[in-house]
Amino acid sequence: MIWFWGSVGFWLAAWAFNAWLARQKVARGRAVRLFIPALFGVTLLILWEGVVRGLKVPGVILPAPTQIWAAIGGSLPMLWGDFVQTILKGALSGYVMGCGAAVVTAIIIDRSPFLQRGLLPVGNFVAALPVVGIAPILVMWFGFDWHSKAAVVVVMVFFPVLVNTVAGLADTDRMQRDQMATWSASYGQSLLKLRLPAAMPFIFNGLKIATTLALIGAIVAEFFGSPVRGMGFRISTAVGQLSLDLVWAEIAVAALAGSAFYGLVAGIERAVTFWHPSQRGR
Amino acid sequence: MLVPVLTVLSVIVVLWYGAAIWLNAQWTYDQAARAGAEVSFSELLADTLTQDRPVLPAPHQVAAGLWDGFFAQKVTSKRSLVYHGWITLSATLLGFAIGSGAGIVLAVGIVHNRAMDLSVMPWAIASQTIPILAIAPMVIVVLASVGVTGILPKAVISAYLSFFPVVVGMAKGFRSPRPMQLDQLRTYNATRAQTFWKLRFPASLPYLFASLKVSVAASLVGAIVGELPAGGAGGLGARLLSGSYYGQTIQIWSALFTAAILAAGLVMIIGAIEKATLRRMGMGG
Repeated sequence: MIWFWGSVGFWLAAWAFNAWLARQKVARGRAVRLFIPALFGVTLLILWEGVVRGLKVPGVILPAPTQIWAAIGGSLPMLWGDFVQTILKGALSGYVMGCGAAVVTAIIIDRSPFLQRGLLPVGNFVAALPVVGIAPILVMWFGFDWHSKAAVVVVMVFFPVLVNTVAGLADTDRMQRDQMATWSASYGQSLLKLRLPAAMPFIFNGLKIATTLALIGAIVAEFFGSPVRGMGFRISTAVGQLSLDLVWAEIAVAALAGSAFYGLVAGIERAVTFWHPSQRGR
Repeated sequence: MLVPVLTVLSVIVVLWYGAAIWLNAQWTYDQAARAGAEVSFSELLADTLTQDRPVLPAPHQVAAGLWDGFFAQKVTSKRSLVYHGWITLSATLLGFAIGSGAGIVLAVGIVHNRAMDLSVMPWAIASQTIPILAIAPMVIVVLASVGVTGILPKAVISAYLSFFPVVVGMAKGFRSPRPMQLDQLRTYNATRAQTFWKLRFPASLPYLFASLKVSVAASLVGAIVGELPAGGAGGLGARLLSGSYYGQTIQIWSALFTAAILAAGLVMIIGAIEKATLRRMGMGG
């Protein structure tokens, strides 16, 4: 029981400290703003560990963080293989193809208001659908290997990026377009120099939504059939063998990969759209 | 407005028929070669659009599958899409109610407690970048081993997926009143509860509906994925999985369209409530 009450006590103490810290003037600083959520996260881990040890929760229901860490350390090569199979081959290739196709499609239909008025409601509709459901069909068409996962990802990311890009290309005001016209800029010039840069915040919004969708698509598609590696495959088989520490290890890798992927896209966004009000004054 | 949409939709249907003929032709040619016969173009057309297990079912086959699933079966039959759709829908709605309710409560806490804001908010935002759906099989199996089965494990996954969009959206919504409005209430000596009910909550409604639309779609996805590991227990996810095991493509497509209809219906209901509410508040046209 000492573990249980110790961790609860630590949690209360840390919470009181955070509450005190949040009221201080230093809470405006950047370091403290990072420290408070970090402390909160550490407290959760310690509470988790304490509850599991104190209440003797069996490992097949909830493994402790230390056990998960041991599982990560003990199966690094396997985790790396799954990461390459699912994230690099499945999710990333599909992401690049799907987003590229969406941006190109948006630019093509940009010249035709008719197509835009027809495609946008359809695109908005499809973006709200449970597109993961298409996974079994695509697995049937493209086989068990990463190609079918990439195909699922392409379908999942296409419409959010398309809708955002079309909205972005429309986001220039009359004065700016008139200015391009007075310089007698061609369609291509005004697209490249004015409208595409102006659309970048919207495009990146779509790209950021698509990062999570890509990982979800690649992992869930593996539930419908995959070669004997990959994160979705590992999760579903490890659950079947009740080795939950391995499942949590895969989830930790997925969380890490997801955050890193998102962070990468957000970093590129900051470099590309440095002029946008939401990026200034940081 | 309607003409371009219908044009695009009919182009999609035409493309779909073309793709169905193209993808299913291989099977027809193989069958003909085995029988030692030649296929004329009209025979090819007729055969590719009426196969039992086509690679890509033609639109009318999917429509027939939907019709069969909705109207030709008793609603309690295991082959009825109404039966499976209801299983999924009930899990979706329960999870959606739990998730969005908890999300609103947490957002209230975040807005009123600075320590909570600083500690929880970064994690709520970071959690959106994580493929949460990956935990679905584990949640099902773990809850089953503790003795919780049926609708609740699926609802937990749905709730988890619909939770974070609501937290992030509502934290933004409760903060949307301008400083001048907050100052005004301070001059009235309003309590925190009064400020909340008379200013913050009404101001947050547009944000509430926007995030509810996202989260109801997410909770449907959660319920469907939650049905995958449960196997034959019923629901649209189980329909998808058994269809993919046995190569019943028409069954997969019918389940998929049922899910799409459900999602569209749920989003439209919320949209209608949004429109009515905002109009009565004088906020939307």
